[in-house]
Amino acid sequence: MSSILESPPQADAPAGAGAETRQLVVALAGNPNAGKTSIFNALTGLRQKVANYPGVTVERKEGLWTLDAELPPARLVDLPGLYSLDAASIDEEIARDILTGRMEEVPAPDVVVAVVDATNLERNLYLVTQLLEAGRPLVVALSMVDLAERSKLEIDADGLSSALGIPVVPITAKTKRGLDELARAVLAAVGSKPPCALWRLSPKAEAEVRRLYAAGAPSREEALRDLYSDELPADPERRAAVEAARARLSGSDPQWWQEPLTARYRWIEEVTGGAVRGVKDERPGSTERIDRFVTHRFFGPILLLLVMAVVFQAIFSWATLPMDLIDRAFGALGEAVRAHMPVGLLTDLVVDGVIAGVGGVLVFLPQILLLFFFIALLEDSGYMSRAAFLVDRLMRGVGLHGKAFMPLLSSFACAIPGIMATRTIENPKDRLATILIAPFMSCSARLPVYTLMIAAFFTDVRLFGFVPVGVLLMLSMYLLGIVVAIVVAWILKHTILKAPPPPLVLELPPYRVPSLVNVLYTMRTRSWLFVKRAGTVILTISILLWALMTFPRSAVKPVPDAQEGAAVQEMRETGLEGKGESAPLTAKAEGDTADEGAQLQQSYAGRLGHVLEPLIAPLGFDWKMGIGLVASFAARETIVSTLSIVYNVGKDTNAESPSLIEAVRNAKRPDGSPAWTPLVAVSMMVFFVLACQCMSTVAVVRRETNSWRWPLFMVAYMLVIAYVASFVTYQGGKLLGLS
Amino acid sequence: MSLAYAAAEQIVEVLKRADTAGPAAVSLDALEAGRHARVTAVRGSGAVARRLMEMGVVPGAPVRVVKSAPLGDPLEVRVRSYHLALRRSEAQTVSVVMNDE
Ligand SMILES: Nc1nc2c(ncn2[C@@H]2O[C@H](COP(=O)(O)OP(=O)(O)OP(=O)(O)O)[C@@H](O)[C@H]2O)c(=O)[nH]1
Ligand SMILES: [Mg+2]
Repeated sequence: MSSILESPPQADAPAGAGAETRQLVVALAGNPNAGKTSIFNALTGLRQKVANYPGVTVERKEGLWTLDAELPPARLVDLPGLYSLDAASIDEEIARDILTGRMEEVPAPDVVVAVVDATNLERNLYLVTQLLEAGRPLVVALSMVDLAERSKLEIDADGLSSALGIPVVPITAKTKRGLDELARAVLAAVGSKPPCALWRLSPKAEAEVRRLYAAGAPSREEALRDLYSDELPADPERRAAVEAARARLSGSDPQWWQEPLTARYRWIEEVTGGAVRGVKDERPGSTERIDRFVTHRFFGPILLLLVMAVVFQAIFSWATLPMDLIDRAFGALGEAVRAHMPVGLLTDLVVDGVIAGVGGVLVFLPQILLLFFFIALLEDSGYMSRAAFLVDRLMRGVGLHGKAFMPLLSSFACAIPGIMATRTIENPKDRLATILIAPFMSCSARLPVYTLMIAAFFTDVRLFGFVPVGVLLMLSMYLLGIVVAIVVAWILKHTILKAPPPPLVLELPPYRVPSLVNVLYTMRTRSWLFVKRAGTVILTISILLWALMTFPRSAVKPVPDAQEGAAVQEMRETGLEGKGESAPLTAKAEGDTADEGAQLQQSYAGRLGHVLEPLIAPLGFDWKMGIGLVASFAARETIVSTLSIVYNVGKDTNAESPSLIEAVRNAKRPDGSPAWTPLVAVSMMVFFVLACQCMSTVAVVRRETNSWRWPLFMVAYMLVIAYVASFVTYQGGKLLGLS
Repeated sequence: MSLAYAAAEQIVEVLKRADTAGPAAVSLDALEAGRHARVTAVRGSGAVARRLMEMGVVPGAPVRVVKSAPLGDPLEVRVRSYHLALRRSEAQTVSVVMNDE
C-alpha cells in the first residue's frame, strides 16, 4: 500500500525557462504488453542506449526523442511493464523507483507518459489512477487504437481526457500515427500538476480517514496511507488511532483492506462507461479461437514439442556453420598475428590468451543470437505465456514456476542464454533455483567430450547384439542431467530456497503478429549485453589459463619419456599412415607438439595435474586427465585440445580425429596398464554431465545474481555431486567386475 | 458521483449477500467453463489477493472460465477484457455468482 498518494521529493518540476536549457527526461510507464517498447522504438529509432540497472539485470533502455526541432532532444526512458506501483517483482520495483525519483541513475522524469492499451482500458487505467497520485506531470498515450477500431470499440479520447483531467493522445506505433501530437502534449505538460485523486472511498472508510486526519495525520493523503499501508506510523498516538480505526473497519468487514482497490475500479468503470462506445464484445475473439488449438488438451503439448524441436534444430544445426566460421576466422587471425609478430611470450599471450579468449566468447554468438531471436519471437507473438500455462503443473511438481520452462530448455543449447532468460521469473528464489540447476542440462559444449569417449570405446559395441551402446550412453547422459536437476531443484526448494509454491497469476496476452523491428532490437540488445558481460571475465580467465599452461618456461627442452615416445611411434604407424603428407612437414609438426607436450607437463597446470592425481585416482583418472580437467574448467570442450597436447598429437585435433582416438586408446599408466578403459570413459562422461566446468556460466551467474556467493556455491555443489557420481560409477563398476 | 457510489454499493451488498446465502455463489475454480459470472468477493489475503485485485478481479468484475490446462491446472479465465492464467488454489479464493442466462 506504500504508494498510495506517494508524493515525490519535490512535487513541482522546474518549468518554463529551466526546462528549455536543461535536457528533459520523459519516462514511458504502463502495463506489460501495453506497447511501451513499440512507442519507444518509434520515437527514438536507432538513438538508443541499453544497459542494466545497477544491481539487477533489468534492461535499462534510454534513447533520444526530438520533441521539437528548436529544443535539444529529450531523454526517453523505457520502463519495465508494471500492473501497479505496489511493486511485486524487481522489474516493478525499478519502474516505481524511477517514477518517484528514487533512482539515482535517472533523474525524476519531467513528464511521465502512461501507455494505455485501448483494447484493455479498465485494467490499464488502474496504474493511471496511481500515477495521477504520484504527482508527476502525466500524459496518456492510448496505444493499440488500430486494434480497438477493428473490434468496433469506439473510444472518445477527449471524453477520457476530461474525465481523467490529463491529455490523452491516440497512437499507433506501427504507422507512427499520433507521434507529433504526443510530443506537443508532452511539451505542454512540463511543469503541470495532475489533478488529485478523483476516486472515492466508501463513506465508512472515508469517515475513518477523516478521523485520522483530525487525530494528527499531516494531511488527508497521509491519513489514507496510514490506514491502508503495511507499516504503522512511528508516532505512538497516530499509531494507536490507526489501530483503533482498523479494528472498527475489520469488525464490520474482514476484507476492509480491499476498499482502495475496489474504489479505484469503481471510479474506472464510471470513467470508461462515459468514454467508450460500442458493445463490449464478450464473445470469444480470434485469440481464443487460436487458443482452442494452441492450449488444447491434446494438440497443445504436441505443438509445444514441435516448437521445442525447431528451436533445438536451429541451435544445434543452423548455428554450427557460422560457429565454424567464427572459430576458423579467429584461428586464421591467430596465425596471421603469429606470422607477423616476433616469436616470443608476447605473441603467445596475444594469440593463445587474448585472441583465443575473445574467440571463445564470440563463438557462442550465433547460438545466442538465434536463441534470442526465437525467444523474442515467441514472447512478442504471445506464445511464451501459453507455454508457461501448459507446463506449469509439471514444473510445480519440483517447486518451480511455469516460467522456468523456457530458460531450462534453452540451457540444452547453452546455459548462458538460459540463465539470462530467467529474468522473467518474478520471485527471486524461484529464479535462483532455476539458475542453479540450468547448467545440469547437457549443453552443446559437452558433445565433443561425449563424442570422443564413445568413439574411443563404444563404437560397434552393442547390447543384446543390436542396441548400440553409444547411443544409449549419449541418451543416458542427457537423462542423468535432467534427473539430477529435478532432485537438486526439489532439495533447494525445500532447504535454502524454501518458499511456498510460487503463485501463478499470469496474463495471457492476445496473439499479435510479432513486429520484426522489435524482435531485432531485442536480439541486438541482449546479445550485446552478453558479449560485454561474459567477455570481460572470460578474457581474464583464458589469459590466466594460458599463463598456467605456459609458465614456468623450461630452459632445456625436456626429452619426452619413453612411453610418450612409444605413443608417438604407435600413432605414426596407425593414425597418420596413408595420409600422404610430405615427410619433413610431418616430422616438424610432431617435433612442435612434442615440445608443447613437454612444456605443458612441467607447467603449473601440469604440476597441478600431478598434485590432483591422488584426489582423482578413485574416479579412475590419471594426472594427464587431471590436466585436461583443469583446463576444462574454463570451458568443457577445451579438454579435447588439451588431451591432444598431452598425448602429443597436435593441437588442432577434434573429437573425431582418429589420431586422438588412437592415442586415448593406447595411453598407458606407469605400470603399463591402459590409462583409459570403457569404465574410465563412462566415469569421465558422468563427471562432465554434472560438474560446472564453464567460466562463461560462472561469469553470467555472477552478473545475474550480482554477487560471487551464488556462482561459487554453484561450482562447489556441482563439483561435489560430480565427484561423488563419478566415484560411485567407477568404484561401483569395479565392484561389479566391469572395466 | 455519490449517487453512483450508493448504487454501486447496493449492488455489491446484494452480491455479498448472495455469496453467503444464495445458492448461485460458487468459487471460481468450480465455475463451469463458458459460463459468464460476476466476482462477489476475493477471500484471500496477502500478495496474491492484492495482485488479483490490482489486475481487476474485484467484486463486481465480469469473469468467465475459458478452460483448464491439459493437466487440469492452471485455469484460464477471462476478466474484464483480457485473459488471465491462475492456479486452482488461487481461483478457490475468488467467489463468483453466475449470471442469469
Ligand atoms: N496492432 C498493434 N500492435 C501493437 C501496437 N503497439 C504494440 N503492438 C504490439 O503489441 C505487442 C507488445 O508491444 P511492446 O511494445 O513490446 O509492449 P511493452 O509495453 O513494451 O511490453 P513489456 O516490455 O513486456 O512491458 C507487440 O507484439 C507489438 O508488436 C499498436 O499500436 N498496434
Ligand atoms: Mg517493453
